[in-house]
Amino acid sequence: MSFLDKAKADPVKARLFSICLVFVCTLLGAAAQILMKGGTQGQAADTPLALFLEIFSSPQLFAGYALYGISTMLLVVALKYGELSILYPVIGLTYVWVCGLSVLIYGERLNPWKILGLCTVVAGVAILGRASRK
Amino acid sequence: MNSTPTSSILLVFAASFVGSIGAAFLKSGAEHLHREVRSLLTNWRLAVGILFFVASSLLYIKGIKVGELTVLYPMVSLGYVWTMFWSRLFFREPLTGGKFLGLSLIGLGIVFLALGNR
Repeated sequence: MSFLDKAKADPVKARLFSICLVFVCTLLGAAAQILMKGGTQGQAADTPLALFLEIFSSPQLFAGYALYGISTMLLVVALKYGELSILYPVIGLTYVWVCGLSVLIYGERLNPWKILGLCTVVAGVAILGRASRK
Repeated sequence: MNSTPTSSILLVFAASFVGSIGAAFLKSGAEHLHREVRSLLTNWRLAVGILFFVASSLLYIKGIKVGELTVLYPMVSLGYVWTMFWSRLFFREPLTGGKFLGLSLIGLGIVFLALGNR
Protein backbone atom coordinates (compact mmCIF):
# COMPACT_ATOMS: atom_id res chain seq x y z
CA MET A 1 0.00 0.00 0.00
CA SER A 2 2.91 2.35 0.70
CA PHE A 3 3.81 2.36 -2.98
CA LEU A 4 0.28 3.37 -3.90
CA ASP A 5 0.26 6.08 -1.25
CA LYS A 6 3.55 7.45 -2.52
CA ALA A 7 2.24 7.38 -6.08
CA LYS A 8 -0.87 9.24 -4.98
CA ALA A 9 1.19 11.96 -3.29
CA ASP A 10 2.99 12.77 -6.55
CA PRO A 11 0.54 13.72 -9.34
CA VAL A 12 2.98 13.02 -12.15
CA LYS A 13 3.78 9.57 -10.77
CA ALA A 14 0.10 8.89 -10.14
CA ARG A 15 -0.72 9.69 -13.75
CA LEU A 16 2.12 7.53 -15.09
CA PHE A 17 1.16 4.70 -12.74
CA SER A 18 -2.48 4.77 -13.84
CA ILE A 19 -1.58 4.87 -17.53
CA CYS A 20 0.78 1.88 -17.16
CA LEU A 21 -1.88 0.02 -15.21
CA VAL A 22 -4.53 0.66 -17.86
CA PHE A 23 -2.08 -0.48 -20.52
CA VAL A 24 -1.65 -3.78 -18.65
CA CYS A 25 -5.46 -3.98 -18.39
CA THR A 26 -5.82 -3.70 -22.17
CA LEU A 27 -3.41 -6.62 -22.65
CA LEU A 28 -5.18 -8.76 -20.03
CA GLY A 29 -8.59 -7.82 -21.42
CA ALA A 30 -7.56 -8.79 -24.94
CA ALA A 31 -6.10 -12.10 -23.76
CA ALA A 32 -9.40 -12.74 -21.96
CA GLN A 33 -11.36 -12.26 -25.19
CA ILE A 34 -9.11 -14.64 -27.11
CA LEU A 35 -9.45 -17.28 -24.38
CA MET A 36 -13.23 -16.86 -24.22
CA LYS A 37 -13.53 -17.26 -27.96
CA GLY A 38 -11.28 -20.33 -27.85
CA GLY A 39 -13.33 -21.76 -24.99
CA THR A 40 -16.57 -21.54 -26.94
CA GLN A 41 -15.25 -23.68 -29.77
CA GLY A 42 -16.51 -27.24 -29.64
CA GLN A 43 -19.08 -26.39 -26.98
CA ALA A 44 -22.63 -27.43 -27.62
CA ALA A 45 -24.52 -25.82 -24.73
CA ASP A 46 -27.87 -24.45 -25.81
CA THR A 47 -29.67 -23.50 -22.63
CA PRO A 48 -28.38 -20.67 -20.43
CA LEU A 49 -27.88 -23.07 -17.52
CA ALA A 50 -25.81 -25.52 -19.58
CA LEU A 51 -23.76 -22.61 -20.86
CA PHE A 52 -23.27 -21.34 -17.31
CA LEU A 53 -22.03 -24.77 -16.19
CA GLU A 54 -19.69 -25.03 -19.15
CA ILE A 55 -17.89 -21.88 -18.05
CA PHE A 56 -16.69 -23.87 -15.06
CA SER A 57 -15.82 -27.00 -17.01
CA SER A 58 -13.90 -25.33 -19.82
CA PRO A 59 -10.44 -24.23 -18.63
CA GLN A 60 -10.16 -21.69 -21.44
CA LEU A 61 -13.53 -20.07 -20.73
CA PHE A 62 -12.78 -20.05 -17.01
CA ALA A 63 -9.34 -18.50 -17.55
CA GLY A 64 -10.90 -15.95 -19.90
CA TYR A 65 -13.46 -14.92 -17.30
CA ALA A 66 -10.81 -14.82 -14.56
CA LEU A 67 -8.55 -12.56 -16.64
CA TYR A 68 -11.53 -10.38 -17.51
CA GLY A 69 -12.34 -10.04 -13.81
CA ILE A 70 -8.74 -9.21 -12.90
CA SER A 71 -8.44 -6.60 -15.65
CA THR A 72 -11.73 -5.00 -14.56
CA MET A 73 -10.53 -4.77 -10.95
CA LEU A 74 -7.18 -3.27 -12.00
CA LEU A 75 -9.06 -0.80 -14.17
CA VAL A 76 -11.06 0.36 -11.15
CA VAL A 77 -7.77 0.90 -9.25
CA ALA A 78 -6.31 2.80 -12.22
CA LEU A 79 -9.38 5.02 -12.49
CA LYS A 80 -8.92 5.95 -8.84
CA TYR A 81 -5.45 7.34 -9.55
CA GLY A 82 -5.89 8.82 -12.99
CA GLU A 83 -8.27 10.87 -15.03
CA LEU A 84 -10.88 9.17 -17.15
CA SER A 85 -10.18 11.50 -20.06
CA ILE A 86 -6.56 10.39 -20.30
CA LEU A 87 -7.22 6.71 -19.62
CA TYR A 88 -10.03 6.12 -22.13
CA PRO A 89 -7.88 6.54 -25.23
CA VAL A 90 -5.57 3.89 -23.73
CA ILE A 91 -8.53 1.59 -23.01
CA GLY A 92 -9.34 1.73 -26.72
CA LEU A 93 -6.13 -0.23 -27.33
CA THR A 94 -7.99 -3.37 -26.20
CA TYR A 95 -9.93 -3.30 -29.50
CA VAL A 96 -6.66 -3.09 -31.42
CA TRP A 97 -5.08 -6.02 -29.54
CA VAL A 98 -8.18 -8.20 -29.91
CA CYS A 99 -8.30 -7.63 -33.66
CA GLY A 100 -4.56 -8.23 -34.06
CA LEU A 101 -4.64 -11.42 -31.99
CA SER A 102 -7.75 -12.70 -33.83
CA VAL A 103 -5.84 -12.34 -37.09
CA LEU A 104 -2.73 -14.06 -35.68
CA ILE A 105 -4.41 -16.84 -33.71
CA TYR A 106 -7.75 -17.48 -35.43
CA GLY A 107 -6.69 -16.55 -38.95
CA GLU A 108 -9.38 -13.90 -39.30
CA ARG A 109 -8.98 -11.53 -42.23
CA LEU A 110 -8.95 -7.77 -42.05
CA ASN A 111 -10.22 -5.53 -44.84
CA PRO A 112 -10.36 -1.73 -45.29
CA TRP A 113 -13.94 -1.52 -43.89
CA LYS A 114 -13.02 -3.44 -40.74
CA ILE A 115 -9.91 -1.30 -40.18
CA LEU A 116 -11.94 1.89 -40.75
CA GLY A 117 -14.62 0.61 -38.36
CA LEU A 118 -12.04 -0.29 -35.72
CA CYS A 119 -10.35 3.14 -35.92
CA THR A 120 -13.71 4.95 -35.80
CA VAL A 121 -14.83 2.98 -32.73
CA VAL A 122 -11.50 3.61 -30.94
CA ALA A 123 -11.75 7.34 -31.76
CA GLY A 124 -15.35 7.37 -30.53
CA VAL A 125 -14.42 5.73 -27.22
CA ALA A 126 -11.51 8.18 -26.75
CA ILE A 127 -13.70 11.22 -27.45
CA LEU A 128 -16.39 9.86 -25.14
CA GLY A 129 -13.80 9.57 -22.35
CA ARG A 130 -12.59 13.13 -22.94
CA ALA A 131 -16.15 14.44 -22.92
CA SER A 132 -16.93 12.61 -19.65
CA ARG A 133 -14.27 14.62 -17.82
CA LYS A 134 -15.71 16.22 -14.74
CA MET B 1 -21.58 -15.63 -47.49
CA ASN B 2 -20.69 -13.42 -44.53
CA SER B 3 -18.07 -14.79 -42.11
CA THR B 4 -20.08 -13.57 -39.14
CA PRO B 5 -23.78 -14.51 -39.19
CA THR B 6 -26.36 -11.82 -38.43
CA SER B 7 -27.55 -13.93 -35.48
CA SER B 8 -24.13 -13.50 -33.81
CA ILE B 9 -24.21 -9.74 -34.39
CA LEU B 10 -27.72 -9.56 -32.89
CA LEU B 11 -26.61 -11.63 -29.88
CA VAL B 12 -23.69 -9.27 -29.23
CA PHE B 13 -26.05 -6.27 -29.64
CA ALA B 14 -28.43 -7.85 -27.13
CA ALA B 15 -25.52 -8.57 -24.78
CA SER B 16 -24.41 -4.92 -24.91
CA PHE B 17 -27.98 -3.76 -24.19
CA VAL B 18 -28.56 -6.16 -21.29
CA GLY B 19 -25.10 -5.33 -19.89
CA SER B 20 -25.85 -1.60 -19.93
CA ILE B 21 -29.01 -2.23 -17.88
CA GLY B 22 -26.77 -4.12 -15.43
CA ALA B 23 -24.41 -1.14 -15.26
CA ALA B 24 -27.34 1.20 -14.52
CA PHE B 25 -28.48 -1.05 -11.65
CA LEU B 26 -24.91 -1.27 -10.27
CA LYS B 27 -24.67 2.52 -10.37
CA SER B 28 -27.96 2.97 -8.58
CA GLY B 29 -26.97 0.22 -6.12
CA ALA B 30 -23.67 1.97 -5.44
CA GLU B 31 -25.56 5.14 -4.60
CA HIS B 32 -27.45 3.22 -1.90
CA LEU B 33 -24.33 1.76 -0.26
CA HIS B 34 -23.33 2.57 3.30
CA ARG B 35 -20.12 1.86 5.10
CA GLU B 36 -21.01 -1.63 6.31
CA VAL B 37 -20.79 -5.11 4.81
CA ARG B 38 -24.49 -5.80 5.42
CA SER B 39 -25.57 -3.07 3.02
CA LEU B 40 -23.45 -4.74 0.33
CA LEU B 41 -25.22 -8.08 0.78
CA THR B 42 -28.79 -6.84 1.18
CA ASN B 43 -28.61 -4.36 -1.70
CA TRP B 44 -31.11 -5.73 -4.24
CA ARG B 45 -30.01 -3.25 -6.89
CA LEU B 46 -26.48 -4.65 -6.89
CA ALA B 47 -27.87 -8.20 -7.09
CA VAL B 48 -30.07 -7.31 -10.06
CA GLY B 49 -27.12 -5.56 -11.72
CA ILE B 50 -24.94 -8.64 -11.35
CA LEU B 51 -27.74 -10.87 -12.72
CA PHE B 52 -27.99 -8.66 -15.80
CA PHE B 53 -24.21 -8.85 -16.22
CA VAL B 54 -24.29 -12.66 -16.07
CA ALA B 55 -27.11 -12.74 -18.63
CA SER B 56 -25.23 -10.32 -20.85
CA SER B 57 -22.08 -12.40 -20.72
CA LEU B 58 -23.97 -15.59 -21.62
CA LEU B 59 -25.47 -13.85 -24.66
CA TYR B 60 -22.01 -12.59 -25.59
CA ILE B 61 -20.41 -16.03 -25.29
CA LYS B 62 -23.13 -17.49 -27.47
CA GLY B 63 -22.58 -14.69 -29.97
CA ILE B 64 -18.81 -15.07 -30.34
CA LYS B 65 -18.98 -18.86 -30.62
CA VAL B 66 -19.76 -18.46 -34.32
CA GLY B 67 -18.30 -15.49 -36.13
CA GLU B 68 -15.26 -13.28 -36.04
CA LEU B 69 -13.92 -11.28 -33.11
CA THR B 70 -12.59 -8.64 -35.53
CA VAL B 71 -16.25 -7.83 -36.28
CA LEU B 72 -17.96 -8.73 -33.00
CA TYR B 73 -15.60 -7.44 -30.32
CA PRO B 74 -15.58 -3.75 -31.42
CA MET B 75 -19.40 -3.97 -31.49
CA VAL B 76 -19.31 -4.35 -27.69
CA SER B 77 -18.68 -0.59 -27.63
CA LEU B 78 -22.37 -0.18 -28.50
CA GLY B 79 -22.82 -0.67 -24.75
CA TYR B 80 -21.43 2.85 -24.24
CA VAL B 81 -24.29 4.22 -26.34
CA TRP B 82 -26.97 2.50 -24.21
CA THR B 83 -25.17 3.47 -21.00
CA MET B 84 -25.11 7.15 -21.98
CA PHE B 85 -28.83 6.88 -22.70
CA TRP B 86 -29.59 5.44 -19.22
CA SER B 87 -27.26 8.01 -17.63
CA ARG B 88 -29.23 10.80 -19.25
CA LEU B 89 -32.60 9.23 -18.45
CA PHE B 90 -32.13 7.99 -14.89
CA PHE B 91 -29.13 9.85 -13.47
CA ARG B 92 -29.72 13.18 -15.23
CA GLU B 93 -26.15 13.30 -16.53
CA PRO B 94 -25.88 15.96 -19.24
CA LEU B 95 -25.42 14.73 -22.82
CA THR B 96 -22.78 17.17 -24.05
CA GLY B 97 -21.68 17.79 -27.62
CA GLY B 98 -18.46 15.85 -27.03
CA LYS B 99 -20.33 12.81 -25.73
CA PHE B 100 -22.72 12.98 -28.66
CA LEU B 101 -19.77 13.09 -31.08
CA GLY B 102 -18.16 10.07 -29.37
CA LEU B 103 -21.40 8.09 -29.47
CA SER B 104 -21.97 8.98 -33.14
CA LEU B 105 -18.47 7.80 -34.04
CA ILE B 106 -19.05 4.50 -32.22
CA GLY B 107 -22.29 4.03 -34.16
CA LEU B 108 -20.60 4.90 -37.45
CA GLY B 109 -17.71 2.53 -36.66
CA ILE B 110 -20.15 -0.33 -36.09
CA VAL B 111 -21.76 0.37 -39.47
CA PHE B 112 -18.28 0.21 -41.09
CA LEU B 113 -17.57 -3.09 -39.32
CA ALA B 114 -20.84 -4.53 -40.60
CA LEU B 115 -19.86 -3.44 -44.12
CA GLY B 116 -16.50 -5.17 -43.65
CA ASN B 117 -18.21 -8.39 -42.61
CA ARG B 118 -17.76 -10.66 -45.61
